[in-house]
Amino acid sequence: MDTADLPFLTVTELQRRLRARELTPREVVDTLAARIEAVDPAIHAYLSTDLDQARRDADAADVSLPLGGVPIAIKDVISVAGQPCGCASHILDGYVAPYDATCIARLRAAGAIPFGRLNMDEFAMGSSTENSSKGATLNPWDTTRVPGGSSGGSAASVAARTAFASLGTDTGGSIRQPAALCGVVGLKPSYGRISRYGLVAFASSLDQVGPFTKTVEDAARLLGVMSGLDPHDSTTLDAPVPDYAALLTGDIKGLKLGLPKEYFISGIDPQVEAAVRAAVDHYTKLGAEIVEVSLPHTEYAVAVYYIVATAEASANLARFDGVRYGHRARDTSGLLDFYGKTRAEGFGPEVKRRIILGTYVLSSGYHDAYYLQAQKVRTLIRKDFEDAFQTVDALICPTSPVPAFKLGEHTQNPLAMYLQDIFTIAANLAGVCGVSLPCGFAQVDGKDLPIGLQLLGPSFDEARLLQIAHAYEQTTDWHTRRPS
Amino acid sequence: MKYLTTIGLEVHVQLKTRSKMFCACAVEYGAGPNAHTCPTCLGLPGALPVMNQHALELTTLTGLMLDCAIAPYCKFDRKNYFYPDMPKNYQISQYDLPICVGGAVPLHDLAYPKDAQKSIATPDKKVGLVRIHLEEDVAKSFHYDTSTGVDFNRAGTPLMEIVTEPEIGSPEEAFAFLSSLRQILLYGGVSDADMEKGQLRCDCNVSVRPEGQAEFGSKIEIKNMNTVSGVRKALAYEVQRQTAELEGGRKLQQETRRWDDASAQTFLMRTKENAHDYRYFPDPDLMPVRTETLVTTARAGMPELPSAKRARFVDQYGVSGYDAAVLADDQDLSAYFEAAAAKAAKPKAIVNWVLNDLLSAVSSAGKGMRECPLPPQALTELVDLIDAGKISGKQGKEVFAEMFGSGKGAATIVKEKGLEQLSDTGTLEALVDQVIAANPKPVADFKAGNPAPLNFLKGQVMKLSKGQANPVVTSEILQRKLTAGEGPGGV
Repeated sequence: MDTADLPFLTVTELQRRLRARELTPREVVDTLAARIEAVDPAIHAYLSTDLDQARRDADAADVSLPLGGVPIAIKDVISVAGQPCGCASHILDGYVAPYDATCIARLRAAGAIPFGRLNMDEFAMGSSTENSSKGATLNPWDTTRVPGGSSGGSAASVAARTAFASLGTDTGGSIRQPAALCGVVGLKPSYGRISRYGLVAFASSLDQVGPFTKTVEDAARLLGVMSGLDPHDSTTLDAPVPDYAALLTGDIKGLKLGLPKEYFISGIDPQVEAAVRAAVDHYTKLGAEIVEVSLPHTEYAVAVYYIVATAEASANLARFDGVRYGHRARDTSGLLDFYGKTRAEGFGPEVKRRIILGTYVLSSGYHDAYYLQAQKVRTLIRKDFEDAFQTVDALICPTSPVPAFKLGEHTQNPLAMYLQDIFTIAANLAGVCGVSLPCGFAQVDGKDLPIGLQLLGPSFDEARLLQIAHAYEQTTDWHTRRPS
Repeated sequence: MKYLTTIGLEVHVQLKTRSKMFCACAVEYGAGPNAHTCPTCLGLPGALPVMNQHALELTTLTGLMLDCAIAPYCKFDRKNYFYPDMPKNYQISQYDLPICVGGAVPLHDLAYPKDAQKSIATPDKKVGLVRIHLEEDVAKSFHYDTSTGVDFNRAGTPLMEIVTEPEIGSPEEAFAFLSSLRQILLYGGVSDADMEKGQLRCDCNVSVRPEGQAEFGSKIEIKNMNTVSGVRKALAYEVQRQTAELEGGRKLQQETRRWDDASAQTFLMRTKENAHDYRYFPDPDLMPVRTETLVTTARAGMPELPSAKRARFVDQYGVSGYDAAVLADDQDLSAYFEAAAAKAAKPKAIVNWVLNDLLSAVSSAGKGMRECPLPPQALTELVDLIDAGKISGKQGKEVFAEMFGSGKGAATIVKEKGLEQLSDTGTLEALVDQVIAANPKPVADFKAGNPAPLNFLKGQVMKLSKGQANPVVTSEILQRKLTAGEGPGGV
């Protein structure tokens, strides 16, 4: 049969054809493999693939399962048994995960096939995927530009149609920002919705796994499969998992959307602002009520984030010491020298910067002034959201202040890079859910660069959030455009 | 000049749980290297800890037994330092919100070293506690010529840390503290507290100061002691070393030392300047713990404590204070005693048998009380037979030995050996009549006023009864018959 349009299908349509026996799972894997071979060298979203295993899995696939026979590409920070899990870092060179993360086990149980490792900023630290020790990933819309990060490979693979869907992780915007910059749907579920077991921790109180997809409906399907209480992760919540996809009615009449005034600041790219304002107007036409709200502690979010996240990271990354797995320095003398050289050789500059910062803010004498203070402000930020969600069903704002920037544009200025996440970080600090979806294009240097619309919803109310996103998507066509 | 010693202990107790603190791996001593490991206790990328409820319950129970206040909620923190035996290079422990706060361990006389029991400085002393918290144990390193191996079986096993106030005044008190604590832990079934297996270890903080000086001397910490007698020796050495330093006019600095058992000395490990900055912060992988239901569960499982048991033994069974203490010292022994005494006619008679004959028989058989072949009811039966005059005390010893060896019941043995005493007056009277009739000469002598033949005649009755005649009853009947002059050949 003709498989030319196959890579462009949504997960939902792919499944329909698989179930109708118009396609076999084997054909899907073969077609995807060919697509990756043809397209990925120009994008470098993939670090590795295991297509032989994927073909075996495809041959055994049960297409009646919720994701039966659907190949899914995985960010290099999530453990898949038998596959490398290197976090795009030299320090994990040679490490192969001996176990499945809970989200992977659930995808497998639903019939999905995890087959490839996607590039990222080393240990998910960055907003451009340039911090990968395996080389940068390029934006499929303009290969002189970054795909965003840290889940750059996850966003770029879906945008380049080298993946039907992918998994990423979001600690401060690492799903939503690259989704915006690559023009795909990126969902960060509420903290505690999807198990973190098997996700290599960057900042444990902020990290969440989430899907990258072409449509909101696909995101809803993946979320439903992966969500729920996990006895291996005590931060997961025992809350019911609704049938998210079934709740996408398209009707949002009477819902209230909040426009946080702190998110429409000077410095925001005019084309981005115009696109987001147009989306707000579109929602009015769909019957939603728009009200201005305030999240007064927003200005502290980036500072709080870089204290909390780095503090947790300094402990989380301590285990990478060359003793049990991964890179090990040669010719060392004594234990301290062994640790020092192994970690000096294994970690890249951004990771080292954050470990040092995190170690500093936890040090005796500084702990109270930084770490403790940051935790207090974090509580205020969380309360900002709780207060706002007393009056509105969701918040609407830009995902990123700018469209995709040039490779190398911010690499010499870490602070400028940190500001890429200015609109996404607070959601992680508050634990709420968020989604980025395409809402237009900016014309820059004769290229169309995607713009992302961010919707933020109350914790564990992904159903409402996706419903709101879906209503927009179904009445616009931004999501149907793809890079040439 | 006289010097005062101040000692505080940090005791690490391995809890008796089936699985580790934060994963489902078995806690088992002596398994092959790294047999009990998983992604979590190996610190693999992405693995997460999950709380062991039983460990929380046992710690709460310990807190209740030691009269601690149980915090309404507690949390777990990361203690950061690098060492190959720490798979994550941080240890999950509790920093500022431990499960238990305050409390005390009462020291009892028998807990002191034997040679120090006669000169206890403060009888009935209670050593106050600062706190009890829960943490995970580290792996075990094995150092070879050119390499080091790490066995992670122990990594992540639950460890309870008990911190005392600086209120211990001598190495002997430290010894008594550890023995008393160990006994309570065993009573609660909280730990096997076997020091040889590293289930009870401690760090000792010791300082000396001249009498009259208010503030404590410089604190010296001796790390990782794993025998009670070692603790006493190391502390005695340190007290003597520190005193000599002060007497020599030298100043002591806060430092950490290591005890070397072979040379019986302590050695410097690190000074205060090199102390770790552990950078504690709440572990974001674990939720804070509310203790309300833990307290309810633990309260339901509260055992009778050693001190209460000692007092009750004196009250209920009338045993001496010393005997009560010896009995209560060993839970198996006291359980045995109680089982035997419960149905005994005279419980007090049981205690001597248990503490003398039974203990020595058990120990010469190379067994513990738990493997004692003699069920408590069998001992009760024996002691009751003696009490009732069915057999003599001397015969009782013989029967006991037989019982212990064969496991047969006392009555069976008595019957088999024909040991049962004849106390039936009818039968005895007949025998006495027979003897009087057969021995006219000694009878006549006795009646003439010579008391000597009485014993001969009694012996004849015994002989006739094959030793079974009850000697007391026999004497009575003989005397009655002879003095009344009512022998069969009489007037």
